[in-house]
Amino acid sequence: MFGWMGKILRIDLTRGTISQEALDRDDLRNYIGARGLGTRLFVKEVDPNVDPLSPENKVIFMSGPLTGTFAPCGGRFNVVTKGVLNGTIAASNSGGNFGPELKFAGFDGIIIEGRAAKPVYLWVYNDQVEIRDASELWGKDVFETTDLIKASTDEETKVACIGPAGENQVKFACIMNEYHRAAGRSGVGAVMGSKNLKAVAVRGTGGVKVASVNDFMEAAVDARKKLAAHPVTSEGLTAYGTNILINILNENGGLPVKNYSEAAVFEGAEKISGEYQAEKYLVKNKGCFGCTIGCGRVTKISQGKFKSRGEGPEYEATWAFGANLGLDDFEAVSKANFLCNELGLDPITMGSTLACAVEMYQKGIIPTGDVEQSLHWADGELLVEMVKKTAFREGFGDQLAEGSYRLADQYGHPEYSMTVKKQELPAYDPRGQQGIGLNYATSNRGGCHVRGYLTSPEILGIPELADPASTEGKPALLKLFQDLTALVDSSGTCLFTTFAIGLSELSSEIRAATGITMSDEEFLLAGERIWNMERLFNLAAGFSSKDDRLPKRLLEEPMKGGPRQGQVHQLDKMLPEYYELRGWNENGVPKEGKMEELGLA
Amino acid sequence: MKITVKLFANLRKGRFKVNDLEFPEGTNVLQVLNDLSIDAEEMKIGIIFVNGRHASFDTVLKEQDVLAIFPPVAGG
Repeated sequence: MFGWMGKILRIDLTRGTISQEALDRDDLRNYIGARGLGTRLFVKEVDPNVDPLSPENKVIFMSGPLTGTFAPCGGRFNVVTKGVLNGTIAASNSGGNFGPELKFAGFDGIIIEGRAAKPVYLWVYNDQVEIRDASELWGKDVFETTDLIKASTDEETKVACIGPAGENQVKFACIMNEYHRAAGRSGVGAVMGSKNLKAVAVRGTGGVKVASVNDFMEAAVDARKKLAAHPVTSEGLTAYGTNILINILNENGGLPVKNYSEAAVFEGAEKISGEYQAEKYLVKNKGCFGCTIGCGRVTKISQGKFKSRGEGPEYEATWAFGANLGLDDFEAVSKANFLCNELGLDPITMGSTLACAVEMYQKGIIPTGDVEQSLHWADGELLVEMVKKTAFREGFGDQLAEGSYRLADQYGHPEYSMTVKKQELPAYDPRGQQGIGLNYATSNRGGCHVRGYLTSPEILGIPELADPASTEGKPALLKLFQDLTALVDSSGTCLFTTFAIGLSELSSEIRAATGITMSDEEFLLAGERIWNMERLFNLAAGFSSKDDRLPKRLLEEPMKGGPRQGQVHQLDKMLPEYYELRGWNENGVPKEGKMEELGLA
Repeated sequence: MKITVKLFANLRKGRFKVNDLEFPEGTNVLQVLNDLSIDAEEMKIGIIFVNGRHASFDTVLKEQDVLAIFPPVAGG
């Protein structure tokens, strides 16, 4: 088989069995790989009403057909499961080298089911696979775990593991690979923790074959040239990383401040910006497997109480720990981010949950007696302390570990949780950006920016500018972005390539790698099929159009100042049109005709 | 008239972060770019805000406007 390896591993942790299975060719063609294929296998096998932390939930690691190939930025894989944070279908996407290594070992993916009686890790060395004891690793952080597994297996082993947060089933625990890369959102790390699975370690010595070497090299080189020629992917992201967005969103009045409670303009923005990071703290940039961009940041805080070194912080983390907490101390923000990597936490939900807690504390909703220390805005030491306490569920950290929705709901004020479907919103205030708000409301995993990134046209003007204040045309634009992103995520390549290349280049690469003859339009249709499959799972799991909502604050409280003063999000002007364009009825359920068109009937 | 010009990313190199500059009435964005020796060709896909709203090369500036100029950059 070409592009794909054609087989997967199945690990039953309850029985301790290991088997290999061939992948179905129709599934490959219809669901491509990674996010799409992983979800296809998951929905075939798992009841949508499964308790995410029960042995009946499964966790699937899945690469795509371009993962581990010469395609630019082909380092991605997805972790698919039923998410712990909110019960939607989770597909958390990570870069690094783990995905490619899995293919070099001969597998597209791994299905893990059941629950081990005691802590274990999975060791895959080509087709020799073992379930190993991990009692010595339990309790260790991500870095120690990775080092210990490499020492006891192979220096070149790629390790995906959980930290203490995953072990303690923090609802937004992530899975980290190669120390710094994260399958970050939806709490996929807690599912591993519930299975007593500390890590999946892989070493592969093979390679990936492509169907036509000439055609594939031509397509991959064409894509690489376009990435090298575009200033965003050759200079901007390389020099400043994603954190360049702090100043852009701030100038545009869309950088949320203090749990979205103030005007989305942060006076300390410059001191947490990508420019500031590059000038004061950047050691070097870094890329994942096959990356031509190198947006990763190696960052060092040389002195002071937050002295530390690590990777990031990225834009979303810098916002969550910075502007969203009213904190302009880049050193504290960095330290908190590094701790999230080491302990295995999603920094977006971590920062947003703490911001929600601070707002409720300041308003007197959380009584002082409920917390061991005062909760204030702009408190770097509090932030660092609470990250640690959350990972270990100590003191008030045990409440933060539940995410902002459960926290706010417990105090009778769920409206202070800035979430959609109980997942925390990222760093773009939708009152200033109508399209990104529609994306938040309709994303299949709740508050999320990366599955329909309308910030690209609305703020960055890529591929062309769409007025952020306007609702017109946004449903159609969003549908296109969501479907295309589902394809990109399923190919095994990085979403950032889409700043420079599009459907045509990606389709050419997949065709040449796999040998399947599908038109560009059929590939985009695969993206739409994947989107609808995810929707159907969520509907079956109990979600409905009532959950396609934004927090009340964004719909009813006009922006309090800045360039977007007076604006609210106009969801109801767009949602019915979005459903219509999707071929869904007024309740957001795919109509029969659409199901047939997509082969989902 | 006085315009506050803010520069970002590599546009700061050899220039400034923020500066209040005097321009004749009727000056547009392109004339400011030229004045600051910023490559207008590259700025076709850069980001330009006047008072926080997207602007184009031919946007005419007014007294006390804030002009923010970013080269082609992105994130996510």
